[in-house]
Amino acid sequence: MASTRRIFLRNAGLAMVGIGSAPIWLQRALNAADAPAQRKKILVAIFQRGAADGLNIVVPHGESRYYEMRPTIAIPRPSANIAKEDAAIDLDGMFGLHPSLAPLKPIFDARQLAIVHAVGSPDPTRSHFDAQDYMESGTPGLKATADGWLNRALPLETGHISPVRAISMGATLPRSMRGGNNAIAVENINNFQVKDNGAAKILQSLYSGSTDQVLNGTGRETFDAVALLQSIQKTPYQPTTGANYPRGRFGDSMRQIAQLIKSNVGVEVAFADIGSWDHHVNEVGQKASQGPLANILSEFGGGLAAFYADLGDRMSDVVVVTMSEFGRTARENGNRGTDHGHANVMFVMGGDIKGGKVYGDWPGLAQEKLYEERDLNLTTDFRDVLGELVVGQLGNRSLRTVFPGYQTQKFRGVLRSS
Amino acid sequence: MQRKVLAVVVLFFSISGFSALARKHKLENAPKPAVAQMSSDQKALHALNRLTFGPRPGDLEVINQTGVDRWIEFQLHPESISENPLLETKLQPLDTLRMSPAEMVAAYPPPQQIKAMSEGRMVYPSDPETRFMLQKLVARYKQKLMEKGDAQPAADKMADSSELLNADQLRTFQTGSNSEKAGLFGTLPVMTQLTLLDAMPQPKRQQLFAVASPELRRRIQRFAGPLQVVNQDLSDSKLLRAVYSNRQLEEVLTDFWYNHFNVYLDKGADRYLVTTYERDVIRPHVLGNFKDLLLATAQSPAMLFYLDNFQSVGPETPNPNANPNAKRAKRGLNENYGRELMELHTLGVDGGYTQQDVTEVARCFTGWTIRQPRRGGGFEFNERQHDKGEKHVLGVTIAAGGGMEDGLKVIDILARSPATARFISKSLAVRFVADNPPQELVELMAATFTRTQGDLRGVMKTMLASPEFWTPSAFRAKLKTPLEMVASAIRAMNADVDYGFALNRELTQLGEPLYRKQEPTGYSNKSQDWVNSAALLARMNFAMNLTGNKVPGVKVDLQRFVNAQNDPMTIAHDILMTDLTTEARQVISQGLADNNIANNKSAPIALVAGLTLGSPDFQRR
Repeated sequence: MASTRRIFLRNAGLAMVGIGSAPIWLQRALNAADAPAQRKKILVAIFQRGAADGLNIVVPHGESRYYEMRPTIAIPRPSANIAKEDAAIDLDGMFGLHPSLAPLKPIFDARQLAIVHAVGSPDPTRSHFDAQDYMESGTPGLKATADGWLNRALPLETGHISPVRAISMGATLPRSMRGGNNAIAVENINNFQVKDNGAAKILQSLYSGSTDQVLNGTGRETFDAVALLQSIQKTPYQPTTGANYPRGRFGDSMRQIAQLIKSNVGVEVAFADIGSWDHHVNEVGQKASQGPLANILSEFGGGLAAFYADLGDRMSDVVVVTMSEFGRTARENGNRGTDHGHANVMFVMGGDIKGGKVYGDWPGLAQEKLYEERDLNLTTDFRDVLGELVVGQLGNRSLRTVFPGYQTQKFRGVLRSS
Repeated sequence: MQRKVLAVVVLFFSISGFSALARKHKLENAPKPAVAQMSSDQKALHALNRLTFGPRPGDLEVINQTGVDRWIEFQLHPESISENPLLETKLQPLDTLRMSPAEMVAAYPPPQQIKAMSEGRMVYPSDPETRFMLQKLVARYKQKLMEKGDAQPAADKMADSSELLNADQLRTFQTGSNSEKAGLFGTLPVMTQLTLLDAMPQPKRQQLFAVASPELRRRIQRFAGPLQVVNQDLSDSKLLRAVYSNRQLEEVLTDFWYNHFNVYLDKGADRYLVTTYERDVIRPHVLGNFKDLLLATAQSPAMLFYLDNFQSVGPETPNPNANPNAKRAKRGLNENYGRELMELHTLGVDGGYTQQDVTEVARCFTGWTIRQPRRGGGFEFNERQHDKGEKHVLGVTIAAGGGMEDGLKVIDILARSPATARFISKSLAVRFVADNPPQELVELMAATFTRTQGDLRGVMKTMLASPEFWTPSAFRAKLKTPLEMVASAIRAMNADVDYGFALNRELTQLGEPLYRKQEPTGYSNKSQDWVNSAALLARMNFAMNLTGNKVPGVKVDLQRFVNAQNDPMTIAHDILMTDLTTEARQVISQGLADNNIANNKSAPIALVAGLTLGSPDFQRR
């Protein structure tokens, strides 16, 4: 592995001489390639787009109000009378995982998965678009923020800056990742190149020489990343035995992020999203293990569990955090679904996580405790969870830059090192 | 090319009453001296860049001869422009474009019906060809069940079909080229064709597709999956119209308004509802009245299904279609449509409505539903699902017992709101003028919207007569969306589009699969959302694929560049209709020289054309 990487770097460096000087990172990498690659702490952010129903994902089965408010779509309490795969998986007597998240239970038990409940954005909007925008900009209520929290979370770099230090899986760069630091979107790392060799070099120069600021910047980032990713395109990726990624875009994204991390190409933050959470109608099938929520949770939980298995010991460097723009109504609606709500649930997974616990103050579902008399109330601001990871995992202490205008209230202490 | 220019000009002038029309609708050009204006050359190209899917060779001559203002006036009256006969020829075989949803379901049934027929719960249709196809699909389905998904067209199927052929025919079928096979199919009876198609493995059928006659193509497509035909016709028609229509502004606006009232094609029944949604709900109103458009979308099965309103039910009304086996649930209110109606369709998220308004609007629309949604039924108001109580929407009291009127009142309130006038004006200005359009322009357009009670043609005219539209800083300032990039590249190359599925695959790589934006927001009209490394690489690869003739279904003829072969800059100019930037010119010349390919006679045209289409210059409009 080390030697192929070195050869790649030399060849890529030489290839680029013809069209101008090799970028600084590549020159440095050429010189440093004999030294073992420096390991970085890595943060992977997952966005569940469409407002995931936190109350059916981490189920408050200890609270009878939950069952009163959701007569036909509640996830049943674990009990001897009901098949295991159709009931919540108990975590602590009060909360339980949706049965489709069974693959996450061993990680929770190994204390490498923490859950924060009743968490989210304090902004009252129930617009998917605005709420995603606010969560991704990291500035609820402020539309003018130009860049995303994950871009600002990248620590100041000295020396070698990898062109893939911030990478998002998919055809568009999410709001979270936009901003002054280089960040790239990659649909498929094995396909990430201009296929026509003759054209590739000229196109590269067209973009790097363009006075079009936007296209020039993105073009440079793109071709730097192309050069680097060629090094890992040569060998087909074989996940660790036992890491079974689910079929579909989310599984593909997680597999590729794992591949990048294990290839030591300098990833520091990665982003993937997973859609199909907006269940206004028939959210749960005849049994809890059926229906659209169960299906998307299988993909979600399966992808996270496969990633965990795939990285193995390397998880000690990695934290994965999940979020969704808002939760859903505490009561089911008229179509066995749920409408747009408020607070939600987040998962935090990693080697350095103090897991095996559901964090956050549970506000309860009593009518007077609900937000606007309909939704789960918020007791943890999502920026407290992300902020702890920005400081503790990425080593970036300037939270005022990452979450401008926000005064951290209380880190929940999900990280071992913080 | 000369002939074509002439033909189009003649066509323009042959329209009766032309000059009267032009006088009557003369654009009120009242330039404010404060805003600098483009040169007239730039104006013509700017109009083509913004109001069409990109200039084709000859378009610049046409607009210059017609005059920019008159050309715009024609585009604002698409009915005054005769449609391109080539487009009509290409759309002709796509028969689902002219069907009702119910007819589509019958002719191109969904997988559920194939299952139902296999279980004897549904009878086969009487049309012999459809019947035969369905029998084959049912047989395939049953075989799949038996083999647990390991379906392999059995060898005996091949043997059976070969009995239908004589020795010569058999040889052609087994070892002939795809064109020879296509020729053979043309000579065979329909049922024999179908039997042979059924026996062929899918990849072989796909190869045949490229060279097949329109009739054979339909048969091949139906075997691949009848439902997909409906969706493919739709995407193909969008691409074909973008590339070939003479009524370019109407196409651009249809894209804009479809996207404004976005519906996601892959959501259940919408697979059969989007074709008529675009055809009958969006397209007729794009230069009409906003309230008519809004009401048409509110009553369209496609929207009612997409945003769940068809099953939103008021309190104390029994579920009329209750499945006795389902868990007993009292159906009730669903807020999805009520919210998006205000946030995305009319007022905008800052338009001053509250959660309470969302709930009240949702109550007003209870009972607005679909008759038999899965069978392509139409809109109906179901009194029994309607919440009959009093409602309060945005400060207006809607009295109890209003029935269907409640929803109509909401439409009226929203269509008249100044917030709607501003929101719609701004959205149009973002698409046509700038990512951050000047506030004065938006106010001007909104004033027209309010004065004319939502005349969309009037709003467009105000925008196009404004100095802000023609300010030099607007020239090539908008980044093309993927659809704009792909369509404009095809138009610039004067390429021939035979079929579109490979193009739609390219668009997916670029980030814009047609009709498949899942969120009700639709695709972004802002540049920043389309600039990223994955999309940029995909654009470059598409450019090279296109000019290298590697996009199935699309043919580029490089002949017209032969005279310019030794002058790459002329090729680039022919494509861009303006000069490449100085930096780009230098890079291309240097790159060609470095690679020693300037002397190679066969490669440069495709390469230079591809570099031009993939360059930063071409990404802007």
